[in-house]
Amino acid sequence: MEFFFISMLNGVSYGLLLFMLSSGLTLIFSMMGVLNFAHASFYMIGAYIGYSLNEIAGFWLALFVAPVLTGLLGAMFERLSLRRVHPYGHVPELLVTFGLSYIVLELVQLVWGRTAVDFLPPALLQGPAFTLVQNSVQGLSMVWGAAAPDLCASTDAAVRVVCTTFPATRGFMMLVALVMMLGLWLLLKRTRVGLVIQAALTHPEAVEALGHNVPRVFMTVFGVGTGLAGLAGVIGGSTFVTEPAMAATVGSIIFVVVVVGGMGSLGGAFLASLLIGVVQTFAVAFDYSLLMMLQNFGVQVSSAMQNNSFLKLTISQVAPILPYLFLVLILIFRPKGLLGTRET
Amino acid sequence: MVQFDNKLSPAESLNALKAATDQGIRYITQGNGSSVAGALIDAINKHNERNPGKELVFLNYAAVDPDFTNSKCSYWHFRFDADTSMKMEALTTFMKDQSDVKKVYLLNQNYSHGHQVAKYAKENLSRKRPDVQIVGEDLHPLAQVRDFAPYIAKIKASGADSVITGNWGSDLALLIKAANEAGYNGKFYTYYTSVTGTPTALGKGGEGRVYQIGYAHYNMGGQTDKWAAEFKDRFKDDLYTNAVIHVFNLLGESMAKAKSTDPVKVAAAMEGAKFKSFNGEVEMRKTDHQMQQPLYLTVWQKADKKYPYSPENTGMTLAPVKTFESYVASTPTSCQMKRPG
Repeated sequence: MEFFFISMLNGVSYGLLLFMLSSGLTLIFSMMGVLNFAHASFYMIGAYIGYSLNEIAGFWLALFVAPVLTGLLGAMFERLSLRRVHPYGHVPELLVTFGLSYIVLELVQLVWGRTAVDFLPPALLQGPAFTLVQNSVQGLSMVWGAAAPDLCASTDAAVRVVCTTFPATRGFMMLVALVMMLGLWLLLKRTRVGLVIQAALTHPEAVEALGHNVPRVFMTVFGVGTGLAGLAGVIGGSTFVTEPAMAATVGSIIFVVVVVGGMGSLGGAFLASLLIGVVQTFAVAFDYSLLMMLQNFGVQVSSAMQNNSFLKLTISQVAPILPYLFLVLILIFRPKGLLGTRET
Repeated sequence: MVQFDNKLSPAESLNALKAATDQGIRYITQGNGSSVAGALIDAINKHNERNPGKELVFLNYAAVDPDFTNSKCSYWHFRFDADTSMKMEALTTFMKDQSDVKKVYLLNQNYSHGHQVAKYAKENLSRKRPDVQIVGEDLHPLAQVRDFAPYIAKIKASGADSVITGNWGSDLALLIKAANEAGYNGKFYTYYTSVTGTPTALGKGGEGRVYQIGYAHYNMGGQTDKWAAEFKDRFKDDLYTNAVIHVFNLLGESMAKAKSTDPVKVAAAMEGAKFKSFNGEVEMRKTDHQMQQPLYLTVWQKADKKYPYSPENTGMTLAPVKTFESYVASTPTSCQMKRPG
């Protein structure tokens, strides 16, 4: 029970981090039709800027300023490079962002070095958010913050007590993601700015004719999208690790999220992020393999088959590639994604 | 000395090898990882067969797949690191005497090195401590996992008090970070705590609970400390691949002994050579070209007067707990060396 609970929270919090990342990507894609290959690079930039600001001015300032700086860099990139390439179609746009991801990687390594930097969350978030105490007699209970040591120690040998803590950084991650989602939704659906953005997406000429500066709208969208990636970077970098490889490792998975959720659909990205986070987390717990399944069905398995490395693969071993399996299956059976609207 | 970047890829390494031989280079040294070393050994064997008089010698300072000095052993390959089986031999000799080790979990990377660690851990523990239970075993993809919390939840659910892992780099750093965050207080028996990035990720956490087995540690004293200080000064990094010192020591001595820089003569002189290195008297075993050397078990703790060296400015260090003489960690070989001529 305690295992299920903690794994669920782990899965949901990881999923929400993925959502923070992919929301920006899907926003940019749905508004501008640009598949931003460098999106994860902005995530990395956010983490590194956050780290530097954290050293100078503390975490809370970094949390607000780093995304803004990242967003400005993103807007600058849109203004100076992407906009010039835009008239030539999608492939050059893709290539430009692809090239940018390599440039960012090298720059980050030049400025901050090739090894991981010590990006610590603030003291407030370093402890556990709450502790689950599993007592074999009294059952499951929950304590906010860290549990007192005597609560976790068992005086009687017959009573087994296990304490599991849930880190505050992960709780904070969930909170920020939810606030961000709400803010984004309100902005797009309930404000004038949101209306203009949505209109510029489908009828750019009409919006332009009404006196709105469409290229500037696009630049703002790109800036906001990359800023959100920067925000995810500050949170993800301090929760996990800040290193040059961090962009590459999430880069591919957020594309999976966007495709599975449906290109350009925020709700879809949310659903797909949670789905992937939870499935990946729980898959780790299962040690079942094809071989065991065959044996359970009473199939006689030869000894050569028993040593077959493919059949011996357990679900936990393939857990990290499950998202990519999803990607392929979705593209085959439902190309528009879970909540997508267009058949691309 | 000429440097080539192999990008951790066997294919790239073979291109680099070709470029090196074209430049007339005759000594190749490489370390990470075993996938690359395996490809290089094959290529060098073929090259030497086809180009008599232009032989290459491969000085391996870190690829620790035991196969390279057993079933795949080659006359042209010399290993200066201790292989997986030797390190596990020493590690389990230490664990044997730890009465709090009752349930062990094996978590490793899903490639040759991780498989070997798991295999030797099971073999050694069943021989030395048959009462110890292996409560779980997992292989995860190499350098892909960002979030180790699910693995930690699984380890906790299994009730393990110790984890044996051959993980390195971010795979180790993130694993222990996740363990600290989830309140897991079992012990970690590792191979590569000192590799760049891991000390930072460990920080103050894991004090007294993370062990490392290796042929060196941060506080060796004497010349090693001076080298480490100089290295840090020049490259802003910590010296932990001390086996390269073995490489240059042995190469220099053997060239002097052979009075030649011809790889064929130098290789013959290196075989079976005994010399003093930073960790005492070491021997390049003639039967399989595996260096026989003392190993150290160290634990992650606060740096103090006795053990002052603090990697990556963490204020922590790896303090030696136990030293294993060469014979303790020595493992037999099945190598049937084919010698030239």
